[in-house]
Amino acid sequence: MNAIEAKHLVKRFGAVTAVNDVSLTVREGETFGFLGPNGAGKTTTIRLLTGVLSPDAGDVRITGIDIHRHPLDAKMQMGVIPESSTVYGDLSAEQNLHLSGQMYGMPRALREERIDEILSQMGLNEKRRNPVRTFSKGMKQRVSIACAIIHRPRVLFLDEPTSGLDVQSRRLVIDTIRRMNEQGSTIFLTTHNIEEANTLCQTVCIINKGKVVAQDSPERLKKMFDTTQSVEVSFDRTVTRDLFAAEGILRAEPYGDKWRLYTDNPDRVLKYLVGRAERESIGIMSLTTSGPSLEEAFVHLTERA
Amino acid sequence: MMEVPLFLRGIFVVTGKNMRLYYTKPPVLMFGLLFPLFMFFAFFVGRHLDLTTFFPAFLAMMLFFTASSVGPLITPWEKREKTYERLLSYPVTQDSIILGDVAAGAIFGIGISLLVWIASVFFVPVAVTNPGLFVLAFILGTLSCAALGVLLASPASDSPPNVMIFSNLVRFPLIFISGIFVPLQQMQGWGLALAYCSPLTYLVDLFNAAMSGTSAFSPFVDCSVLIAVSAGFILAARVIQKRNMMKGM
Ligand SMILES: Nc1ncnc2c1ncn2[C@@H]1O[C@H](COP(=O)(O)OP(=O)(O)O)[C@@H](O)[C@H]1O
Ligand SMILES: [Mg+2]
Repeated sequence: MNAIEAKHLVKRFGAVTAVNDVSLTVREGETFGFLGPNGAGKTTTIRLLTGVLSPDAGDVRITGIDIHRHPLDAKMQMGVIPESSTVYGDLSAEQNLHLSGQMYGMPRALREERIDEILSQMGLNEKRRNPVRTFSKGMKQRVSIACAIIHRPRVLFLDEPTSGLDVQSRRLVIDTIRRMNEQGSTIFLTTHNIEEANTLCQTVCIINKGKVVAQDSPERLKKMFDTTQSVEVSFDRTVTRDLFAAEGILRAEPYGDKWRLYTDNPDRVLKYLVGRAERESIGIMSLTTSGPSLEEAFVHLTERA
Repeated sequence: MMEVPLFLRGIFVVTGKNMRLYYTKPPVLMFGLLFPLFMFFAFFVGRHLDLTTFFPAFLAMMLFFTASSVGPLITPWEKREKTYERLLSYPVTQDSIILGDVAAGAIFGIGISLLVWIASVFFVPVAVTNPGLFVLAFILGTLSCAALGVLLASPASDSPPNVMIFSNLVRFPLIFISGIFVPLQQMQGWGLALAYCSPLTYLVDLFNAAMSGTSAFSPFVDCSVLIAVSAGFILAARVIQKRNMMKGM
């Protein structure tokens, strides 16, 4: 059985179509990365998948349960860490966890056992009785995650869980995602960090402007990103595009007084440029390289789509 | 609904959460507790009014203010503090959240009004001629007022102060047209017509029926109206909040 199955989801806000016919399938036990630039529709998709918003069209099944028809049964299967929504600042970490456990119908003894375990895993034991209001952003996020996993959900949704966190919190969050996955939970993770998706996910899906533009393993997508590395160069005199007709340069674009050269092999391009400039006595004014750019990959992918 | 036990548990947990978080918020204490007490002192004390005659109306006013003061605060507060989305992702629906908010308001209303009633027994010789009806008045009154409170929170807003102002704009006029300061029997024309439109009128009347035994309508009419408006308020809150959700968080 698939952990998540979404078919032809559509969600409009006035004139904006935030999610435009998105279908996806997440197998049980996998870590599924959902990537996209800001405004791509990641958060809206998660809200549709978790039953927080109702779609204009399409349907969602969580472990086979239709979320529209059986929202409570479906929600019992999942844990959700929303992008911007937090836990109760007036309550302590411990009280928040109790509340969350009650929501999932856990008896008190079980709650207490899990709370002790989770609070120490999350490094929150000393501050367990302080109001969450007084916590740093990273600590709040750790409480938020703790609340979403207290019942050991079969499917865990995380919306940009590491963005803006300090190093320690970030590592704790990533370790927790890994551990939950090892213990059998299916993970649905949105991010705009390629590296994160690459190290955590078995499948990566890319969304742009509300549409899925690619879905594949990270290795194969990374190959696609590879062609989006670039070298920027400017010379002391005007040159023509012919200069860049060389192996390794996939595409050359004028960019102000510079040229931007897309490549899957920056080393080769650099050597070529330096050699050629030397031979023709052209002065190089500036030369920079940039790694694979997700933004570029999106442009690339949407152009193709 | 096939998920009744889960649904009821959701209402129960949401109610508990509301009681713990919102009963002590300043706007609730201010408009739910202090305000009706001030009104009491301003209008009844020192005016040589017959306290016994007006006491049922005062109790109705107390119930009205306390029960309807919690509801308007909760949803706007949760939206501002950004806890609302997270709440919705738990095994609850908008319906269980609405009913949990109504329950929290109703329990607040009953609790405080009962305290006021018990305390007043020492000062005012208030009789209760029909205890069964008195209990019913408490329950239906607190339910309808709490439902009104939740309806008042439905306009899409994440600003508790704005919603509190809006809800007071609705609540204050009601106490002047509902036969609290001027008994229904002495009203006529426009005033009476307005009074008929106010649900609070029927609550005041029901308390009069239960305590002094004299009322303008039959208690059956009062109870029916209160049940109908409770259902109406809850359904309206549901429709508005669902529509807001379709527009986004
Ligand atoms: N409640 C809303 N009302 C109107 N527009 C919205 C709302 N939520 C999201 N949008 C729009 O939908 C698009 C997708 O947003 P979102 O899902 O938040 O993207 P992401 O999470 O990928 O950054 C954006 O254009 C955004 O402006
Ligand atoms: Mg987002």
